[in-house]
Amino acid sequence: MSFKTQLRVWLDNRTGIETAVRNFLYENIPASSGWHQVLGSVALFLFLTQAFTGALLAFNYAPTPGDAYNSLRYILAEVTAGRLMRGLHHWGASMMIVMVVLHMTQVFLYGAYKKPREATWVVGVVLLLVTLAYGLTGYLLPWDNRAYWGTVVATQIAAQAPVLGPYLVRLLGGQGEVGVVTFARFYGLHVLLLPPATLLLIAVHIYLVRKHGVAPEPGDEALPAKKFFPEQAFRDTVAIFIAFAILFVLAVAARVPLEQLADPTDTTYVPRPEWYFLFLFQTLKLFEGPLEVVGSVVLPTLAILALLLVPFIDRGRMRKVTERTAAAAVVVLAAIGWGGLTLAAVASTPQQPIAARVDFSQPTDWLEVSPVEMAGIGYFRQENCIGCHTVGSGKPKIGPDLAARSIRNTALWMIQHFKRPSAMVPGSAMPPIQLSDAQLNTLAAFLLKLNARNAEALQSAPDFAVEGALIYQKSQCGSCHSVNGVGVKLGPPLNGLKQRRTEQWVQDHFRNPQALSPGSSMPPYRFTPAEMEKIVAYLFVLPE
Amino acid sequence: MGRIRRAPDDSPDSRRGFFLTVIYGAWSLIGAALATPALLYLFLPPKVRTEAEWIDAGDITKLQPKVPVEVVFRKNRVDGWKITSEKQTAWVVELPGQKIVAFGPQCTHLGCAYHWEDAKSEFLCPCHNSVFSVDGAVVSGPAPRPLDRYQTKIENGKLLVGALDEPGPKS
Repeated sequence: MSFKTQLRVWLDNRTGIETAVRNFLYENIPASSGWHQVLGSVALFLFLTQAFTGALLAFNYAPTPGDAYNSLRYILAEVTAGRLMRGLHHWGASMMIVMVVLHMTQVFLYGAYKKPREATWVVGVVLLLVTLAYGLTGYLLPWDNRAYWGTVVATQIAAQAPVLGPYLVRLLGGQGEVGVVTFARFYGLHVLLLPPATLLLIAVHIYLVRKHGVAPEPGDEALPAKKFFPEQAFRDTVAIFIAFAILFVLAVAARVPLEQLADPTDTTYVPRPEWYFLFLFQTLKLFEGPLEVVGSVVLPTLAILALLLVPFIDRGRMRKVTERTAAAAVVVLAAIGWGGLTLAAVASTPQQPIAARVDFSQPTDWLEVSPVEMAGIGYFRQENCIGCHTVGSGKPKIGPDLAARSIRNTALWMIQHFKRPSAMVPGSAMPPIQLSDAQLNTLAAFLLKLNARNAEALQSAPDFAVEGALIYQKSQCGSCHSVNGVGVKLGPPLNGLKQRRTEQWVQDHFRNPQALSPGSSMPPYRFTPAEMEKIVAYLFVLPE
Repeated sequence: MGRIRRAPDDSPDSRRGFFLTVIYGAWSLIGAALATPALLYLFLPPKVRTEAEWIDAGDITKLQPKVPVEVVFRKNRVDGWKITSEKQTAWVVELPGQKIVAFGPQCTHLGCAYHWEDAKSEFLCPCHNSVFSVDGAVVSGPAPRPLDRYQTKIENGKLLVGALDEPGPKS
């Protein structure tokens, strides 16, 4: 015996590991086994990936409402590969739901839950519910507006449950509103309670699959059984690889948004649950008034009960999948119902106000700058300065890097340079900028603010905010008001306007200030509807 | 068209070999695609977003040569996702040649706070008796390296203190 063999035998005698792996891999499976049975393995793989990425996220995440948001922004903007980790976890969650449902659909279509495999099915249904519970609890953890308001709706639905409602709410820590306690409970469920429960359920599920064997189809009795390894293991691997490739591409290419920090006073926000809960959300709308509980609690409970009871209702002998037309019809009807409700929910979703669409998953330094600097970004874009200049990073262009400290100069120098470039910089190939003195001053203000660290963040300022700031400048709002500490304090400072007023109020106030603030010395402003939208959105996106 | 040649690898052995290749290959790729970002995530330092600041640490015109003074100032410290404003101290001393130096307040041995012994004209760390001279050099004791220094500059008679220059984990 070679040394390697000796070592293996020694180890197996002590631990039984090789025998166990062998027994596992060389399990008999029916002759009909094939590609349709890979979905459960993919779901298991996705769960393990979620556990891995989740643990990594937890390494840089502070699970309390105030810090949760900041630490997530830190993960996204500062930690290397942080955005990828969150992408994997976010899209992995959705893919896991899809995969669990597909797995269940396959088992349902084939009737693989029939005697003696009822318990396997029941455990599987519980695993589906657990997967959904991850989705529900994880949704709150970014603590942005989306997370907060989605959870407010979810806990209020739970509160409607007959008899259990108030207890459920207390268990979830929602004493009337979603706060620190709810957050702690959701986090505890998401990372402490659900994962071991899932592992246990998966262990039971797999144990039952092994105990009863993979469900055979009629005709399998006559054929010799196959081994799981390597052919079926190969199929599982290929399916897992494809799923992982899709997940990885999504995580790299599809940006997961982060909205502004949760604001419980926000009256304009339209709460929406995650896509896989939209159908439930829509079901609610079909029932009004005292009947609401039917949509929120009775129907979902009945649906879960029906799922659990499937193997006890359909108790006939095994038949070929092609003969199970009733099962196929149920699947088609369920898919149509689910798809219809989801589409209806998407179609009826009102658009979020512009300010709610700002992506906070990247640095938002532009929120901190003064209106004149912000308006400068507008002229910077209008004059297409980046056609000839690099800003901070990127391939060198014909003009100098505008974020470089070395080219920084006084505003006066800059304005003269803009008017006659070659006068200030002999030999400059830059064409004169055709703007008024005030506009050039605005542009200079932005360039003075620019440096290598904030260049990217400032340039990512959304158009509505830049245009809003331009209107702010043109209307000379700054001669009475202040934004981010810059301006005059004759009128009220405009930061935090969102917390004080509604958009409608601000619009009405622009048109006729005295009607809403008697004694105000503010003149009326006649903005076009487009201008009105932008200036209000700009004012409402400002930090408090 | 041409005859379709029967693939020579249809034997059970080569089928098995193909399956094994795909299984090992695919799992290696998945493992690498998860492990690489995980290692980057854990081991690469995060981007630093705040600009290095210069903090006013007070007037230096009253400094006497070779008499260190303990100066207290507030500094913003970036700690992960938090920026905290905290008290920091420096031992500021004017060395020969009118060179102003600001030492970090911790002994380079194990990080205890040291102090200036006026009588002996040296810095003494009470923990393990490390002794430093007025220019920060190790005189005796277990300290492995001279006192760490803050970056400094002087503007209008005021001392501005920047980052503390600490040698890396291995100096």
